[in-house]
Amino acid sequence: MKTKLLDFVESASLKKEMPHFEIGDTVDVHCRIQEGNKTRVQIFNGTVIARGGRGINETFTVRRMVGDEGVERIFPLNSPNVVDIRPIRSGKARRAKLYYLRNRSGKGVRLSHRHSTHTVSK
Amino acid sequence: MSMLLGKKIGMTQVYDEEGRMTSVTVLQAGPCKVMQVKTPETDGYSALQLGYDDVKKSRVKKPAAGHAGKVESTAKRFVCEWRLGEKDQVELGPGDDVKVSIFQDVRYVDVAGTSKGKGYAGVMKRHGFGGFPGSHGTERKHRAPGSIASHASDRGHGGNLKKGKRMSGRLGGVRVTSKNHRLLFIDEENNLLVIKGSVPGPAGGYVEIRRSKTHRQKEK
Repeated sequence: MKTKLLDFVESASLKKEMPHFEIGDTVDVHCRIQEGNKTRVQIFNGTVIARGGRGINETFTVRRMVGDEGVERIFPLNSPNVVDIRPIRSGKARRAKLYYLRNRSGKGVRLSHRHSTHTVSK
Repeated sequence: MSMLLGKKIGMTQVYDEEGRMTSVTVLQAGPCKVMQVKTPETDGYSALQLGYDDVKKSRVKKPAAGHAGKVESTAKRFVCEWRLGEKDQVELGPGDDVKVSIFQDVRYVDVAGTSKGKGYAGVMKRHGFGGFPGSHGTERKHRAPGSIASHASDRGHGGNLKKGKRMSGRLGGVRVTSKNHRLLFIDEENNLLVIKGSVPGPAGGYVEIRRSKTHRQKEK
């Protein structure tokens, strides 16, 4: 009963529609950022290497290479500041957490393409 | 009249209108029953007595059942009085139900409950003393209170301890009022109040919720 009521309160903050994406997908994350008084949408592109948490605390980790430096960002899935998540390309992944990509560099970070229906072309 | 009795359901998080994550406490408040209306003529002071949460039928004591029976109610586990001033106007009578809707235009609330018992606690936990360094020659007294008095009589205590000297002892398990919680959301269907921040006591503990006394209740 208690959990039910807590879930009910949380549900008001959850997103109604959630784009479908999988581990290994290359995604564009549209996030709202504030600069002074202006807000604008910034796109962070990279590979989804992990999903964690549940309910309101659910997060996903996106990794991209900038030069030869790896950059990872953890986004709260239900944050209103994460405006949109667009899967661009589906990658072949055999596990739920792709932390092994951290130890790779250059061409090694690429995942082989997997045919899928949920990705949207740019 | 702006008081309710309720139960702490637990804590969670929500996003506010600006997209910031906020820690909130969910309280189940009411419906409360007005068990008795006390008046200066009969009781010497005026107050409303509220009751919340039913007692299991087989565990009801006869005096409690009799008291509740006067307003045709079942016996309540948590009974509390809302003291009224001379000028307070009350439309509620004995036997009326009080629901979360009375907080409709309230923006800030105070919550009183019994804090979690911490047992016998030292001065650092109990009074926020600084303790001693972890190293640099400190031995066997990292969390000690330090000096508590001197032999000097010119401090007004003649070599005795000053009364009320803060020391280690029982912590928690007492009534604590937590003030000025922003009331974020009211759900009349489930009798829920969602307020910002944490309140005293465990999940499932009884709390009294009042309209905030000190905070200016600005327009919502």
